[in-house]
Amino acid sequence: MEELLVVNNLKTHFRRYEGVVKAVDGISYKINYGETLTIVGESGSGKSVSALSLLGLIRKNGKVVDGEAIFEGRDLLKLNQEELRQIRGKDISMVFQDPMTSLNPIMKIGIQIMEPLIWHKLMQSTEAREKAIELLRVVGIPDYRVRAWDYPFEFSGGMRQRVMIAIALACNPKLIIADEPTTALDVTVRAQILNLMQDMKEEFGLSIMLITHDIALAMNFSDSIMVMYAGKVSEYAPVAEFIRNPLHPYSRGLIASTIDIETEESFIKPIPGAPPNPLDLPSGCKFHPRCAYTQDICREVEPECKEVRDGHKVACHLVERGEIQ
Amino acid sequence: MVKNLKKYFPARGKWLKAVDNVSFSIGFGETLGLVGESGSGKSTLGRSILRLIEPDDGEVIFEDVDLRKLGGEELRQRRRFMQIVFQDPLASLNPMMTAGQNIEDPLIIHNIGTNEERRKTVMELLDIVGLGREIIDSFPHELSGGQQQRVGVARALALNPKFIVADEPVSSLDVSIQAQVVSLLYELKRKFGLSYLFISHDLAVVKYLSDRVAVMYLGTIVELAPKKELYEKPLHPYTRALLASIPKMPKDGKPQKRFSALKGEIPSPVDLPPGCRFQSRCEHVTEICKEEEPTFREVFPEHFVACHLA
Repeated sequence: MEELLVVNNLKTHFRRYEGVVKAVDGISYKINYGETLTIVGESGSGKSVSALSLLGLIRKNGKVVDGEAIFEGRDLLKLNQEELRQIRGKDISMVFQDPMTSLNPIMKIGIQIMEPLIWHKLMQSTEAREKAIELLRVVGIPDYRVRAWDYPFEFSGGMRQRVMIAIALACNPKLIIADEPTTALDVTVRAQILNLMQDMKEEFGLSIMLITHDIALAMNFSDSIMVMYAGKVSEYAPVAEFIRNPLHPYSRGLIASTIDIETEESFIKPIPGAPPNPLDLPSGCKFHPRCAYTQDICREVEPECKEVRDGHKVACHLVERGEIQ
Repeated sequence: MVKNLKKYFPARGKWLKAVDNVSFSIGFGETLGLVGESGSGKSTLGRSILRLIEPDDGEVIFEDVDLRKLGGEELRQRRRFMQIVFQDPLASLNPMMTAGQNIEDPLIIHNIGTNEERRKTVMELLDIVGLGREIIDSFPHELSGGQQQRVGVARALALNPKFIVADEPVSSLDVSIQAQVVSLLYELKRKFGLSYLFISHDLAVVKYLSDRVAVMYLGTIVELAPKKELYEKPLHPYTRALLASIPKMPKDGKPQKRFSALKGEIPSPVDLPPGCRFQSRCEHVTEICKEEEPTFREVFPEHFVACHLA
């Protein structure tokens, strides 16, 4: 498969009054055409920043300090805002967690779908109007011809998320970055939206970068999984391999502490402690204070993310030495 | 025990039936899980039981006393034994008080112990919920979400309650922390013989903690059964759909790319059509469902369901 996006050694740091937060500190990944990569992590692990950095969407106190992100032959990190604007919403579009705050509350949804089409000069307004209505049909808005001229507050959360997806699809993007797209939704609606995204992916040959804290979802929905912890990649593998053999103690901990519908009582094993303070990261392996296997080397030397078998990368000394298999 | 509890809110000249004729009981040391999507009325129900929201009709009988008949002081005395843990721990703790003061507050309100005794109780409570004693003088905003929720739990435990309403207590926490708090609640239940009404939209968490589970939809309970029975033999089409829509851990190595989804969304609870509340989303809907509201009846021992077809 051909590569759509290759990110190498991306580092995004934020200046804060108390010091520098290394939100993303040297991560590498790639997404092939038509593939879904899921970035899994807890709050503060850097999963959102690693995606937003690509599009120049990080806040002013943040800066991409190193790395490259090659998207179809161009390094996104070297583009200026004007050049990025040509890519955002066209080749790469985004779906955010909260559709209410990411839609414009005083603009009819049909107009919001037309906006990127007209802005990117892909269509004139009459044509864009038809396209907007067509997109609403595709994402499953009932009564779409009429509803196109309603405002966001007139829609439910699930319907608003469908509108967001319609906007994201408008310019036939190659990549959709979906940042916790279903977290705010009810379970039955969540299933609908996930199915819709899967349909869109297959129908339009999209690539998807899904960002989530839900490892069960990640294991079902993606082609590859990247687990992040404290701004680093702890594990990165094709999904079948990850399901068969998750190696990093953090990945295993996440799986063991996920309360699954099939979990029997007394089966959950929470990871002790909490994610570290980003201003005061532990030495060596960032996970060592919470890890059950910690040895001296883990406290002293930071492990590198190394390939242990085909496409399966892990940042753990003990995996590297073969003590965890 | 709750009998025929009702809470209607006025809505543009009509009534929004948030809780409509709900009845159930919870035994000593028992956990009843209450599952439902947003807008099902589960939180309103939880709060109505404690009279944090005043119900419009029905009875709430706690240890043989109908709470709805009690006046201020009597109610306050009873409430010692009934506590609540909220979803958002930061919003439910007093930001101007330290963690210790937050936990101590109910003791002061109920005039229990001297200063030193209370301080000692707070220390013990911190141990019980697995917080280090050093956080006693920290303010809520200095603590992590998981720690804040533990403070919330410690505060609920301060008065030695018999019954705790836990309203989505882990929904706002990260996975690894969620598991910690869930295990804590589970241990407390075993250690102190607590009864819980555990409210959540997450069927997996509810399954882990509950003895019996009630499924709520648009203001009523549509199915109620012992846990094992409900998860293995769900009868109501809504319960079945809920169970099917959750992504499961692909332990056998086969990811699901698609999830079984219910059509449509929860309709507005104002102006419900006659008949079954679930008719607009049910795939088995028949004529009778559109005409008559199904009764909530016992189909198997202990297994109640409100569906014409079950």
